[in-house]
Amino acid sequence: MLSPEEQREIEAELPHYPTKQAVSIDAMKIVQKHRGWVSDEALEDIGKFLGMSTSDLDGVATFYNLIFRKPVGRHVVYICDSVSCWIMGATSISDRLTARCGARLGESTADGRFTLLPIVCLGACDHAPVMMVDDDLHLDLEPAKAEDILDRYK
Amino acid sequence: MPLTKNIHLDRQPPDLKAYESGGGYEGLRKALRSMTPAEIVEEVKASNLKGRGGAGFPTGVKWSFMPKDAAGPKYLVANADEMEPGTFKDRFLLEGNPHQLLEGMMIAAYAMQVNVAYVFLRGEYKRAAQTISRAIAELYAAQYLGKDIVGSGYSLEIRLHLSAGRYMCGEETGLLNALEGKRANPRAKPPFPPVSGLWGKPTTVNNVETLCNVPHIISNGATWFKGLSRSKDGGTKLYGASGKVRRPGLWELPMGVTVREILEEHAGGMREGLRFRGLLPGGASTDFLTEEHLDVPMDFTEVQKAGSRMGTGTMIVLDDRTCPVGMLWNLEHFFAQESCGWCTPCWSGLGWIERILNAMEEGRGEPGDIEKLTFQTKFLAPGNTFCALAPGAAEPLQSGLKYFRDDFERHIREKRCPWRSM
Repeated sequence: MLSPEEQREIEAELPHYPTKQAVSIDAMKIVQKHRGWVSDEALEDIGKFLGMSTSDLDGVATFYNLIFRKPVGRHVVYICDSVSCWIMGATSISDRLTARCGARLGESTADGRFTLLPIVCLGACDHAPVMMVDDDLHLDLEPAKAEDILDRYK
Repeated sequence: MPLTKNIHLDRQPPDLKAYESGGGYEGLRKALRSMTPAEIVEEVKASNLKGRGGAGFPTGVKWSFMPKDAAGPKYLVANADEMEPGTFKDRFLLEGNPHQLLEGMMIAAYAMQVNVAYVFLRGEYKRAAQTISRAIAELYAAQYLGKDIVGSGYSLEIRLHLSAGRYMCGEETGLLNALEGKRANPRAKPPFPPVSGLWGKPTTVNNVETLCNVPHIISNGATWFKGLSRSKDGGTKLYGASGKVRRPGLWELPMGVTVREILEEHAGGMREGLRFRGLLPGGASTDFLTEEHLDVPMDFTEVQKAGSRMGTGTMIVLDDRTCPVGMLWNLEHFFAQESCGWCTPCWSGLGWIERILNAMEEGRGEPGDIEKLTFQTKFLAPGNTFCALAPGAAEPLQSGLKYFRDDFERHIREKRCPWRSM
């Protein structure tokens, strides 16, 4: 069941678009904001709410990399792997963080604290390499600095 | 320099009051009070403003494709889905001066008699989401948006849409599908968006930097705007440099400054001990330029004559200690990953290219691989796919094969990446 708060937030988006389907991405992001991810059950509930079949909605969900169809850790670490960051040493950042976390890119730590994900260019190439932790952008990284930054997210 | 003069990223962006005290919304007032929609389109045409998303299509001409007497809604979308690798210019404008974009959108919407406009913003741009949504709220509170704007009888709604990732959303028709809540596959063109866009209605999609120029053109006139430029394309341009240069950064400069001026004067040249080998002038999907092209003016026409495209104008610099094959592997990995899977040359070809480049980097390259890559660049050429993703992916590869052929051959001959032991 969608919570009353989730329903309210989804309903608030509806007047901005001429069709209900247009809200599908917003709706999944709203649910994800509250629950961390979009489960099969949530997908079915959103589909019913918007008059979409679950499979159509899953087709949309699985297209977009910022909609999570699996549970993620308390903090999501997005490590830029696009070209400017690559030139400036992004591989050494992801090598260090995956070793430290004992999780590969796309995986979560055993304690559920972090999920490590690759991400395309974050638009801060003059400060490469960069990463984003939850909503925070971190610039001019070096491996040790990136590791210190993770320490701040409990 | 009009676009960036009021931008100081160490502070909060100008709020409505601060923006107005610096002359903000004067362009809008002038447009609504003393100009017809057709006059605005003509002024923008005369300014030689060309689309800053990378394609360089004349903005006024694009606007003139919108039907004037269509029944039902028409739409304007600001494409703020900046995701071209190596590009970081729109984020600066979105975070630094959101009202400049919104004023540009309002004038554009009035010129095309659009009553609903969307800002399509990539989901990762969290700070921009805050600055834009705050600015939109200020405009509604001051009755600059909604019904009967500043007593003109003209009504406009602007909504912020936060996207959920994928490079394809920046492609004009992929964006329209995304905004309709669908997978961001491209659509067949024709019909083009001004005929059948969002929900089948006439729609124009403009890049953020393009729209930010509009208030200045209307306030100061097309002649002034053309005078800012050193080339036939009007205005200034946000140029950037990333990679191993001394001072990576972003600068608003007259349109048409040379590649050398950006690279050497603004970016400070290469870092100590490194030599310049080449650069992608405007994002991942542009052809390499090399030493012989340094005096090419950075505008849409001249860079094209040199065999590349200005694209987004933010250059990615390759030095002599970075492997060009590795760089291309990184680029093609991106394109292969971001392909939406709609067209065969793209989903099949890019995966193939990525595997060959990966093999070369790991010492498994084989004779014939260079020929296979060359064949693939033809397979991905314009006309074989619905959108420009695959042709864009072919650009760095075809030029890389031309300028760095020895490096490819060495990878195959020595069965290793020569840079890995460095």
